[in-house]
Amino acid sequence: MKFGVVVFPGSNCDADAFHVCADVLGQPTVWLWHKDHDLRGVDCVILPGGFSYGDYLRAGAIARFSPLMGEVVEFAGRGGLVLGICNGFQVLLELGLLPGAMLRNKHLKFLCQHVTIRVENERTRFSNRAGRGRVLTIPIAHFDGNYYAPPETLAEIERNGQVVFRYTDAEGRLTEASNVNGSLNAIAGLMNAKGNVLGMMPHPERASEALLGGTDGRFIFDSILAGM
Amino acid sequence: MIDPKILNQHNITPEEYGLIVGLIGRDPNLTELGIFSAMWSEHCSYKSSKVHLKKLPTQGKAVVQGPGENAGILDIGDGQAVVFKIESHNHPSFIEPFQGAATGVGGILRDIFTMGARPIAILDSLRFGPLTSARNRSIMEGVVSGISSYGNSIGVPTVGGEVAFDECYSLNPLVNVFCLGLAEKDKIFYARTESVGNAVLYVGAKTGRDGIHGASMASQEFGEDTEQKRPNVQVGDPFKEKLLLEACLEVMDRGLIVGIQDMGAAGLTCSTTEMPAKSGQGVDIDLDLVPQREKGMTPYEILLSESQERMLIAARPDQVKAVREVFAKWDLDAVEVGKVTEDGRLKCRFHGELVVDVPVNAVVDLCPMYKRPWRSASDAAPAAAAPIVPEPADLGKVLLDLLDSPTIANKRWIYRQYDHMVLVNTVLLPGADAAVLRIKGSGKALAMTLDGNSLHTQLAPRTGGMMAVAEACRNLACVGARPIGVTNCLNFGNPEKPEVMGQFVEVIEGISAACRAFDIPVTGGNVSFYNDTGGVSIYPTPVLGVVGLIQDIDKAVRPGFRAEGDALVLLGRSTNELGASEYLKVIHGSAAGPVPAFDLDREKAVQEACLRAAEAGWLGSAHDLSEGGLAVAAAECAFHSAGGFGCAIEIGDELRADAALFGESPSRILVTVKPEKAPALLGLCGKLGVPAAWIGTVGGSALHISSRGNELLKVPVRDAKAVWMDAIPRRFAHD
Repeated sequence: MKFGVVVFPGSNCDADAFHVCADVLGQPTVWLWHKDHDLRGVDCVILPGGFSYGDYLRAGAIARFSPLMGEVVEFAGRGGLVLGICNGFQVLLELGLLPGAMLRNKHLKFLCQHVTIRVENERTRFSNRAGRGRVLTIPIAHFDGNYYAPPETLAEIERNGQVVFRYTDAEGRLTEASNVNGSLNAIAGLMNAKGNVLGMMPHPERASEALLGGTDGRFIFDSILAGM
Repeated sequence: MIDPKILNQHNITPEEYGLIVGLIGRDPNLTELGIFSAMWSEHCSYKSSKVHLKKLPTQGKAVVQGPGENAGILDIGDGQAVVFKIESHNHPSFIEPFQGAATGVGGILRDIFTMGARPIAILDSLRFGPLTSARNRSIMEGVVSGISSYGNSIGVPTVGGEVAFDECYSLNPLVNVFCLGLAEKDKIFYARTESVGNAVLYVGAKTGRDGIHGASMASQEFGEDTEQKRPNVQVGDPFKEKLLLEACLEVMDRGLIVGIQDMGAAGLTCSTTEMPAKSGQGVDIDLDLVPQREKGMTPYEILLSESQERMLIAARPDQVKAVREVFAKWDLDAVEVGKVTEDGRLKCRFHGELVVDVPVNAVVDLCPMYKRPWRSASDAAPAAAAPIVPEPADLGKVLLDLLDSPTIANKRWIYRQYDHMVLVNTVLLPGADAAVLRIKGSGKALAMTLDGNSLHTQLAPRTGGMMAVAEACRNLACVGARPIGVTNCLNFGNPEKPEVMGQFVEVIEGISAACRAFDIPVTGGNVSFYNDTGGVSIYPTPVLGVVGLIQDIDKAVRPGFRAEGDALVLLGRSTNELGASEYLKVIHGSAAGPVPAFDLDREKAVQEACLRAAEAGWLGSAHDLSEGGLAVAAAECAFHSAGGFGCAIEIGDELRADAALFGESPSRILVTVKPEKAPALLGLCGKLGVPAAWIGTVGGSALHISSRGNELLKVPVRDAKAVWMDAIPRRFAHD
């Protein structure tokens, strides 16, 4: 499985994603520069976390105009795997590869902490190694992770089973307190209707080594590997 | 044209002016006066502190670079080096908390990556006035979001630090930011011009009118005109700095430059004089070529602007093109503004005219050094006896009140606003005794901590200075790390007051003595004087940043109780002393001394015992006893316990119960081991001459402390933790 990690100006979790793909998973991994027009033959594109273009306008709003995004949209259209983490999720929303938008977190503060998310749909390219209802502990680190979509869109993505992860408490219950950023329907991870593009606010690359306090993030990467 | 009023505005004394005239052989013009004013300011020249800073030990076999460069450097083996330093941004953070703190982060990051290191950790030491005041809360809110906004965006984790509250910081908050970077030992860069004919390149953000006179502002007391100084504070752009970081590391990695210096305090002036001064050369630059954000800037403004996210680079002429290509790739300006010359002078041209012509060494090296009069603070105030306080009846209530004190309380409200995990190295989350970061691919880890107790240094500057070093090293010992080097940030009042200078001199003596005892070099740091508002000085506040190494990452120790049935062993000895404790302050409203007795040899022995036990793999947990004493330390071990375990402790009846529970006698660590390992641990302590006692057992869901079978307190861990967690959030709840 060949991974490609996109580097936008302001990406700052690019090296972390690269480290996990290359050093932890032992997969061939390459950098993808935002100004290029070449996906270098990768099987899975990762849009990493960070503050692309400083997020001074709206998170991800400028990154979507990067030259490489044309190739990414086309790749996704052909069924190629695309994983957007945090800022990468925001870019996917701005690109229109996923529906909806992100608002500021409900208490208007940046939040960096471990959260628990429940697997809502285990029959996906990104979650097939985790059983349905399994609760994963993975960190978040964002200011704009409060997912929003109009009611009809929300109904549609729920109907299609596009919600892959939801914020819950450690027992898998939906609670006000565990939905830390205030996302509609407590959505933490969302895929497109075809199931080849996933955006998630939690950082699986930060939970892929026991030394760092947990390996639940590996379920996402291992699912991607298992799907091939 | 240069009259006393202008001199006064530039904070230059008539004597200093006479010296300047002598050094350049004529009256300076206004621009040249501005250059001297900035570079001879206390902030840039260390003119009041240098004679005393020389007493600090700076040598050691791991030292690659000691004080005098942008940051200190230590060899950590395997061809790698750590580059680290701490800096204050106190004055700007009071005037404009968000930008003041944000640019404090930006500035220290540049100090690290300008040397060729990739920054991997930020820690902050913060001091605020009591949170009962809305203004103090608003300053704290601004400072925390400023740090968060800059650090999170650039993608360097803020992994630890400390926060304390006292009335003396109400109108003078302290914001000290520490940064550590990792470099390859053979790819370190310095502020040099190296050869005559080399190109001088300006890279990064454009120059604007922000931050003019920032360095001189930080070298004066605040009066009633503080609000008007807001334009002196710079505005940060972390995105620009992220691009600058990547571009600089790329040209360094490819060997395209020979020297580099960041433009921090005193901006272009500082870099265009310090770089050639270090190579015994000069530079000739054209100010018209400097990228400018605003129209109509004067040479004075261009040279003294403290606009952020800029660097000056020296490169061989044949590599200029390649350097510019790298910066273009990162969408940044890189403009050749001048050449390195052999005449040792800074020459600046503007609209074809020579507007500055001064010898660089006069600006950089010939500032007068002052041996300011000082009065021994310890002599002036002989140690008062501790006040006689009644022993409270309800010790459980005392514990809860202490846990509710913001200085002791959990700091999650702060650190969850900081990205503390980016770069995937963070082994211990904030809140542990020290931050621990793995070094990828090595099996080793770095530990770092910031510590300082200003009540100790206020009451006993010399002993307090020693205790600050000792506490920092003790925090490292608690995670299993051996200290390798120190940086310090010395926050004091107006050095022209003999009693403040006395505190400074004695604190440095204390720090020196302790660093020598621990055999750790001081590789750099920062002095912040003039922390006075309305004539009132802050407590002398040295903040010690100590870096440690853990050879085997698997031996890192955590603060939380690990398993039920583990034996609690207290290393060190408790005494009846209550002076300078958080208990006296919070419960009895008294900030009185004396500071408890402190013995460096005992301290070293206690830490050695902890370290050897950690290296032997015996420790389930370890936690330093500091504010709040034994009871608070035990409570924190319970709060950090993944299993939520409480403990039962038996303290005997040799001491007053409040002293045994909440006293802050130094050199104590609370550790847990499997009961079968306890005899070995006690044996080790005996061999090292460390008093140690098996005082209890981990387990249950309460904190239970008794004396000869009489219950002194019993508090459910859950209730105590709720108070500790909510102490800071509840104070902000209605803002």
